[in-house]
Amino acid sequence: MNYVVEGIDLTQDYHVAGGFLGGAKSVRAVNGASFAVEKGKTLAIVGESGSGKSTLARIVALIDHQSGGTLKIDGQEVDILRKRPDHVLRAKVQMVFQNPYGSLNPRQKVGDVLMEPLLLNSKLPADERRARAEAMLVKVGLTPEHFNRYPHMFSGGQRQRIAIARALMLNPALLVLDEPVSALDLSVQAQVLNLLADLQEEFGLTYVFISHDLSVIRYIANDVMVMHKGEVVEQGSRADIFANPQHPYTRQLFAATPETDIEAIRQRVTRRAALRGGPVL
Amino acid sequence: MALLTIRNLTVKFATAIGSFTAVDGIDAAVDAREVLAIVGESGSGKSVSMLAVMGLLAETATVTADEMMFDGHDLLHMTAAERRRIIGREITMIFQEPIASLNPSFTVGFQIEEVLRLNMGLSRHAARARAIELFTQVGIPEPQVKIHAYPHQMSGGQCQRVMIAMAIATNPRLLIADEPTTALDVTIQKQILDLLMDLQERHGMALILITHDMGVVAETADRVIVQYKGHKMEDADVLSLFEAPQHPYTRALLAALPENATGDRLPTVSDFFGAEGVK
Repeated sequence: MNYVVEGIDLTQDYHVAGGFLGGAKSVRAVNGASFAVEKGKTLAIVGESGSGKSTLARIVALIDHQSGGTLKIDGQEVDILRKRPDHVLRAKVQMVFQNPYGSLNPRQKVGDVLMEPLLLNSKLPADERRARAEAMLVKVGLTPEHFNRYPHMFSGGQRQRIAIARALMLNPALLVLDEPVSALDLSVQAQVLNLLADLQEEFGLTYVFISHDLSVIRYIANDVMVMHKGEVVEQGSRADIFANPQHPYTRQLFAATPETDIEAIRQRVTRRAALRGGPVL
Repeated sequence: MALLTIRNLTVKFATAIGSFTAVDGIDAAVDAREVLAIVGESGSGKSVSMLAVMGLLAETATVTADEMMFDGHDLLHMTAAERRRIIGREITMIFQEPIASLNPSFTVGFQIEEVLRLNMGLSRHAARARAIELFTQVGIPEPQVKIHAYPHQMSGGQCQRVMIAMAIATNPRLLIADEPTTALDVTIQKQILDLLMDLQERHGMALILITHDMGVVAETADRVIVQYKGHKMEDADVLSLFEAPQHPYTRALLAALPENATGDRLPTVSDFFGAEGVK
């Protein structure tokens, strides 16, 4: 089986410098994560702060080098310490970050944001670069007139569309999305999730989707990996994980996630009324 | 009679390009011992309307209302001294960023003892004892030790517990919590919400919970106000709101929840209103 991305026993240690009296130590942020994602599928990595999910995302996105284990992109082993990723590899893997207010250069026009990857990684002439950038703006639900505007002129949802457009300029195979909708309002979140689903279908994209939000994951994922304090505590298909979570931490996560189920609300309201010795209303 | 009554509240901000109306004619009321959730997305005016009640808005804001009454006191026409006796004592507030809400230069113990000495007139000694008692009540482990900690030495969840301890230190009648769990992990969110609900019940306070999260509303509120772009869209008890939402915007918000997805696509607000939006 050919996987777009495969991680085998990936480990990441961070070294914390000590003070005058020593005390240097290392923190294992990710401990032996293994996974594989087929073309056109979505692997969701779920966890809370400190779970190591973003550390893993940075390894997969070829930003950081792992301390141990093997990363394969399109079946090829990748070691960014030994060999700098070339244009072909860089184009294959792109990333979208959580905060669209921080991930776009405020002094760069949207058109330039989109054309820069082409300028750095391709030999396309200027008019072709522009044509592709304008076409991509339309693809992500903006218009060619937005080409000359600056990021501050856009809403959070529109900015995340721009960040997604930038990531898609080089026709990547794999998109690493680190909490791409967490900073967005609910209704905007729905639009961006729809957009991601459309783009996945159109371009056959593979997603590694980092999130803390189980309801988002249930909507978008094919496979789910649950992380806690650097360890992968549970992984499997979305159906299995949601129907029958095995690990206590996964269950705890489910139990803590607020529900909007009508019956649950009815029970709570009844309990509260009983506690007060009378009807609430 | 309602504990807090607001009629026709409007808040305008003076900006470089003219006046901007953040809250436009909102009515709201909360009864004693009631949990009211105010829900809305960014720009709905949900925080601004409560900051107006607290009198915490900047100079550029103009607040007008037909009525703003708290327990028989007219909040619109009172002197600064009268206001100080209510705001921060009878009505207290906690915010979204617990770490940023505390002063990084002082220990958390000093900060809560300051509240107790100034608002409750306690002596230094009595304030320390009461602070430890409050820390215990909000579930901070080893309160005698933690009282000497600086905010940066505590986690986000613990800082929010400190903020809650400060907010209930004066035995308020009304606690306003502005997105109290938005910056926290979901398991910590659960703990903090459980704590707030428990304190609300035990102290018999009213609680106004400002949130964007329908899940939080479902698990806490007695009654819900839905706001959008400064207008009130709907005001209903929690069960009716989820069971039979009246306003198209409420329906849109509920439909946009990924857990309610029925097909391949999530409905968005524009599916419910067309491109021009509400109003």
